[in-house]
Amino acid sequence: MEVLSVNTNSKKTGSTRELELYFGPQHLGMVGNFSITLKVEGDRILEAQANPGYLHRGFEKLMEYRTWIQNFPLVCRINVVEPDHIEMIYAMAVEKLAQIEVPERAHFVRSIYLELARVGSHLFGLWAYANMLGFDTVAQWAMYHRDLILDLFEELTGGRVYHIYIWPGGVRRDFPPGFNDKIVNTLHSIGGCVPDYDSTFFNNRLFYERANGIGQLTKEQAKQWGATGQTLRATGMKFDIRKVEPYAAYDKVDWDVPVREDGDAYSRVWVIRDEMIESVHMIFKLLDAMPEGPVYNRIPNPFKWKVPKGDAYVRCESSRGELGLYMVSNGEDKPYRVHFRTPSYPHGLIVLEELLKNASIADVGNIMISLYVVAPEIDR
Amino acid sequence: MKEKTTDKKGSILSPFKAVKYLFKKPCTLRYPFEPKEPALRYRGFHLNDWEKCTGCGNCADICPNEAITMEKIPEIEPKPGEKNERPKLDYGRCCFCGLCVDICPPASLRLSRDYFHIHFDTNSFTFIPKDEKTDKEHFLRPEQYSILKASLAHRKESYEGFVSDIDYSLFEPQRVSMPEVSPDERKLSFIEQVIGYSKEEAKAEASRCLECKLCEEACPAHLKISDYIRAIYEDKSGESLKKIFEDNPIPSICGRICMKHCEAACSLSIRGEPVAVRWLKRFVADSIKDYKTALELRAAEPTGNKIAVIGAGPGGLSIAYFLTLKGHKVVVFDSLPGGGGMVRIGPPLYRLPIEAIDKDVNHIASLGVEFRFNTTVGKDILFEDILKEYDAIYLGVGTTVSRSTKVKNIDKAHLALPFLNANKITEPVKVGKEVIVIGGGNVAMDVAREALRLQHMQYPGENVITKTVSLEGWDQMPATEDEIEEAKAEGIRFNPGWGPKEVKIENDTIKGLLCVKVKSVFDEQGKFSPAFYEEKKMFLDGDMIIEAIGQAPNFSFIPKKLFDKLEFTPNRKVKVDENGMTTIPALFAGGDIVNLNLDAVTAIADAKIAAEGIHKMLCEG
Repeated sequence: MEVLSVNTNSKKTGSTRELELYFGPQHLGMVGNFSITLKVEGDRILEAQANPGYLHRGFEKLMEYRTWIQNFPLVCRINVVEPDHIEMIYAMAVEKLAQIEVPERAHFVRSIYLELARVGSHLFGLWAYANMLGFDTVAQWAMYHRDLILDLFEELTGGRVYHIYIWPGGVRRDFPPGFNDKIVNTLHSIGGCVPDYDSTFFNNRLFYERANGIGQLTKEQAKQWGATGQTLRATGMKFDIRKVEPYAAYDKVDWDVPVREDGDAYSRVWVIRDEMIESVHMIFKLLDAMPEGPVYNRIPNPFKWKVPKGDAYVRCESSRGELGLYMVSNGEDKPYRVHFRTPSYPHGLIVLEELLKNASIADVGNIMISLYVVAPEIDR
Repeated sequence: MKEKTTDKKGSILSPFKAVKYLFKKPCTLRYPFEPKEPALRYRGFHLNDWEKCTGCGNCADICPNEAITMEKIPEIEPKPGEKNERPKLDYGRCCFCGLCVDICPPASLRLSRDYFHIHFDTNSFTFIPKDEKTDKEHFLRPEQYSILKASLAHRKESYEGFVSDIDYSLFEPQRVSMPEVSPDERKLSFIEQVIGYSKEEAKAEASRCLECKLCEEACPAHLKISDYIRAIYEDKSGESLKKIFEDNPIPSICGRICMKHCEAACSLSIRGEPVAVRWLKRFVADSIKDYKTALELRAAEPTGNKIAVIGAGPGGLSIAYFLTLKGHKVVVFDSLPGGGGMVRIGPPLYRLPIEAIDKDVNHIASLGVEFRFNTTVGKDILFEDILKEYDAIYLGVGTTVSRSTKVKNIDKAHLALPFLNANKITEPVKVGKEVIVIGGGNVAMDVAREALRLQHMQYPGENVITKTVSLEGWDQMPATEDEIEEAKAEGIRFNPGWGPKEVKIENDTIKGLLCVKVKSVFDEQGKFSPAFYEEKKMFLDGDMIIEAIGQAPNFSFIPKKLFDKLEFTPNRKVKVDENGMTTIPALFAGGDIVNLNLDAVTAIADAKIAAEGIHKMLCEG
């Protein structure tokens, strides 16, 4: 942590000095290309200012210069942690504008794939959080289990991180032979470790002491600041786009939205844990209910494809909260304008700044990572 | 803040349960000693089968990162349907999305499961991919391969990853089916078989074109095919017509009977059906009632030159159009009562109605071209007089004399051209109930299918048969596959691989044709020289025989003295220079008497060259 400037408050006397500190981008407690400028007095934070922009790649502008199909390998790169939901909303928006039907089986494939992505993404988040708190053993486990899910992605899509799999009209390839069993086996082997995770991390008194009451917000505050996802659900609000506005095959099987009441870091991490388990159960149900049939309705010739004039807003529940996309087409071969509403934007800029007020310096990373802020999503 | 809802705080000792992991095997791999095999669909470095690759460049067009450029390969000989270019990858740009794989029409471009490349030289990151078929040096067998040396130039053989799948391809392999009159209905009359695309169907078919322009290279007249198809897709028929007229002034004719070299070269035809280029051209020609207003042609300043064109076939019509646009006065002579030449008498009415021909001819006449029909050069007007009166002459006379097999008693048989000519221009021929057509080419198909229709019209409800006999077997038959399939659907019987031996006559009427089995059609040098098994005989019953085995030109109108000066190529074609001029000054030639393709679009191509040649000769000295 660097001391940027020291302002001796002339009005106050003695020991109280107001300091301006940079937390990140080069900081052990910081995950991602992001920084926070803190105004502190002693150990207490008076004011925090989040500084995004370290990873600005101009995706939304770039997309205006690429054809509808060329954007599809691009959008997933907005969020390296979980590219899949970004693929999904891009496909959803194009399908809505161009009125492309998606085959029934593709809806199931998409849901299974997105839930796998959610589990993988939450495990990655768990790694970041446990690692930051010093629970290295759990962090290593989470990273290993995420890798098992990446193996599944590699087999399904040919890529480990950027899958480039969901595209307008369905998905890019059907499940390879024996893939259902592989999903079940992999998820069972990860699920078999849940008791170990619980005893080592979630039910560990040290974790409780470290996370309890940290970064607490009320349901009203969460709503006011635009929080979604587990940040909102940890305050007791049962809000999930998969239930509110079901897409893919989320209305085809029965599942539940886990919630907690306290709204602190401890609750958020427990919501993440419960959500992973719920996702795994949902995948099993989806695999049982999945129909046979095609998974792709051919899109028009990409060199001549013009999406009809119009605009569309679509949203889905990513692993971090509500992910939205506003897309305008003026009937040309490229989008006129695209704008992403990424969940890390309100979490990382608004909620974080508010929660850091009056927090201790030692809790900055704790609060930030418990909100699951993914910096590339903010910058786009 | 609210009260806590949970009092489960956990135990401080519970983490010690994780100690058991000390006794488990580690999950990590000691790479590269413990290799990790990439998945079967892994998207790694590219593989390209150079034999399948057509150089179409669709991969380069779709690449979102401009990582692919098309590199000229001098060793590859370009041919119709293949360019001498191959994709070159820049791995500093490639994002391994695999769009290039999904757009690749021949499925030659694939991704492998290799992903290692370590090199000091950044130039080595640009790479022209091949595969083990064409590059044995860099694609190694397992015993030669070492992961420690892995790079773009040290690869495993048979290591395919993400490959193309036609069900998930980015192009549409199926064409929009053309509505047609059913075989049972169409064989009863001369109704036009192909109904033609509607506007929506044409748009849908036009949307399939990938614009790789392989077709434009293959077309003898080099029409701007991808441009006019794009204009159809964009609902701009007028624009499309203008593009067509730049190279082809008879779209209504060509849109029906073109031999479609373009479709054979279409990159979509490799794994699917080619874009229906011919039907799209026909759609444009049919959808525009008045060419003249749509084209907005502006007449050039008259040059005062007079040019005679002999023969109003596709070549003659085209050169008349091109020269008129340049301001020359053109007079076209033809012995037939209307324009079109061989396409007027050859293609049956169910394929090319007279109105479709007249639409193109009338448009060219309306531009100021003078047509003198029913005028046979050498009889009604002497060639010498034309030579004196005009500044340049274009010979587009075509091949107008039917060849004969010259077997015993063949003089009782009919010849193809007079038969077709009579049906269309004068009175339809009285056909027999069992017709034998000798020949396996497109003219034979026309004759057979026309004879079948006449049989149904002349003997309604009776049992009638039309059969063909050809020297060539099924695989060698020169007729197009479409023609053969359509003829079969109409009930025509084929006897491929048999040669006519003798026409059997009883009481001065034909009883049938005696045939012998063909051993081979061509000799070792590839020259036409049929050999037979004389002992294997077959007798075909029939009361009428029509010969359709090819045509020859008739130059009898050219005076002997002049004709001697006319030089011919070894293929017995009129010799012309690069401007289309024969060995006689100011006498130009093109079409079937010059080229070996013997079709309309090649005649148009010849006419285009000759038009430039004549213009150059007259205006630039």
